[in-house]
Amino acid sequence: MQFWIIQSLNGVAYGMLLFLLSAGLSLILGMMKIANLAHGAFYLLASYIGYSVVRTTGNFPLALVAGTLTGLGIGFVTERMFMRRLLGRTHLQVLVSIGIALIIADVSLVLWHGDPVTIRPPALLARSVDLWIMRFPAYRLFIITSGLLIAVVLNIILGRTRWGAIIRAAVDNQEMARAMGINIEKVFMLTFGFGSLLAGFAGVMGAPFLSVYPGLDWELLPLTLVVVIVGGIGSINGALVGSLILGLLDNYGRALFPDLSYFTLFVPMIIILAVRPSGLIPRS
Amino acid sequence: MAWRRAQVLTVIVSILALGVLPIFLPSYPVFVLTSVLIFAIFAMSLDVLIGYLGYTSFGHAAFFGVGAYAAVISALRLGQSFWGSGLLALAVVLLVAMIFGAIALRTSGLPFIMISLALGQALWGLAYRWSTVTGGDNGLSIPMRPELPLIGRLESSLAYYYFVFVVFAIAVAALSLLVRSPFGLSWRGIREREIRMQVLGYHTWLHKYLAYLTSAFFGGLAGILNANLTGFVSPEALAISNSATAILMVILGGPGTLIGPCLGAAVIVVMRQIMSSVTQRWMMVLGVVYIATVMFLPGGLMGMMSRLMVRINSGAPQRSDRSQGKNVERTPATHIQSGGKS
Repeated sequence: MQFWIIQSLNGVAYGMLLFLLSAGLSLILGMMKIANLAHGAFYLLASYIGYSVVRTTGNFPLALVAGTLTGLGIGFVTERMFMRRLLGRTHLQVLVSIGIALIIADVSLVLWHGDPVTIRPPALLARSVDLWIMRFPAYRLFIITSGLLIAVVLNIILGRTRWGAIIRAAVDNQEMARAMGINIEKVFMLTFGFGSLLAGFAGVMGAPFLSVYPGLDWELLPLTLVVVIVGGIGSINGALVGSLILGLLDNYGRALFPDLSYFTLFVPMIIILAVRPSGLIPRS
Repeated sequence: MAWRRAQVLTVIVSILALGVLPIFLPSYPVFVLTSVLIFAIFAMSLDVLIGYLGYTSFGHAAFFGVGAYAAVISALRLGQSFWGSGLLALAVVLLVAMIFGAIALRTSGLPFIMISLALGQALWGLAYRWSTVTGGDNGLSIPMRPELPLIGRLESSLAYYYFVFVVFAIAVAALSLLVRSPFGLSWRGIREREIRMQVLGYHTWLHKYLAYLTSAFFGGLAGILNANLTGFVSPEALAISNSATAILMVILGGPGTLIGPCLGAAVIVVMRQIMSSVTQRWMMVLGVVYIATVMFLPGGLMGMMSRLMVRINSGAPQRSDRSQGKNVERTPATHIQSGGKS
């Protein structure tokens, strides 16, 4: 029993991390219809930057800020230099973003040498806490709470604020939004930047949990894509549900049939596509 | 017309060159050339989806890898001959394609890209983790070359080159007949406007499905040939990077043509061989190639050359492509509206 509870909590923590990563992708890919396959690379770069910040200053919150800003910065650059010129031409966006991802991965290899590294969480979170019948790492609980918090904030921003309304308008009907005096270019740049910012945040949050190593970018990207597909493209709550399903499945899969564990992650996607092609919670 | 003639001339010259030149080359360049032909088949097969059908698949390595693994595993564990393992592998490729096609073709545009990537990645995970069957990260190796009925075992790299050359020629002939046939034309019709094709009475899903199977078949063929060339298969064959490279070859060469992907394959394979012996930073170079292709060559090398020919023919720089419409090979920038299908 205790085994299953711990596995489930681990799964939820991993799922929340996937949610942080896929929420940004869902915005960019689902709402703006921009195929940014460098999302995993943004995560990786932010992880490494966070690692360097913690190593030189020992300050975890500072690392979080640095990683988040890294995501924002690289998102802005990518959008302004490339994606803006390639709107609607998906296969070209795919190629450009692969190019960016390759360059980021190689630069990271030069700067951080490629041995796996990890960030030590701050002392407050580096312990285990008592949960009724067992002990559980505090840092994983921290990931779970942050994920939930971000989910709530995103829902409020997108559903209840003026900014969210503008994004939704710009995404649903560009011409009309433009006619209403909305600066589409600015909205797209900000949304892309915000999505990338979430990848950066996830990068530093995930580093103590998953550690950081070359190839992590392409390992995570397909999972986030599956999350987005399972949840329903462009839906934040769908991404949340999809992340939890994948996180739990990953942990149970590793425990039950380690040989097939990565493969099993893709099974729900196949089933859901067969039954509900538009995902669990499609954006209406 | 000059562009057409130039194309035909290029094809004839390069086929002659590919047929004669290797005799005078040492074995390493012959190996590279064999690899070029194999990846040319791979890129052409993907172009059926990207260039002709207008569906960007980001999981084409799945068929390359399944072909390679099925051939090696059936030879290694079932003791099949070259032909037996090859045929078995092609059957497995088609089986996988039938399943994947049924899933992936429920979508189009951006979701299709994501799903094809995820499906390919599922197989990668299987090859990587299920080490009792696939050898895991170490892969499987098998020293095996085809044995032909009259000629005997193709031991030398030159002999294997000519075998691949013949297969390549058959593949080119088959694909060019196919894309020019009414059936192949229906793919382009679907690419331009699927609804209209439906209204005209075409069962478009079936046409798409058959295009998908065709593409997978030739992709798997390339994988089988490559496994026999290197005598080795590893999860690398199924990796995202392999799918991505195939897309790059198609776009770099010029989608919607068959020469283009071959050209793209040649450029990338040769460049990889040269660059990876010169520098450690091959990945960065490749990244720059990806970006440069999109920013400077959106119609690919073929698009660039057709524009060049038009310019030379008319004697003056032309801005308007419309007045020269008949001469201009259509570039993907104008003909693929990937996102916008409904």
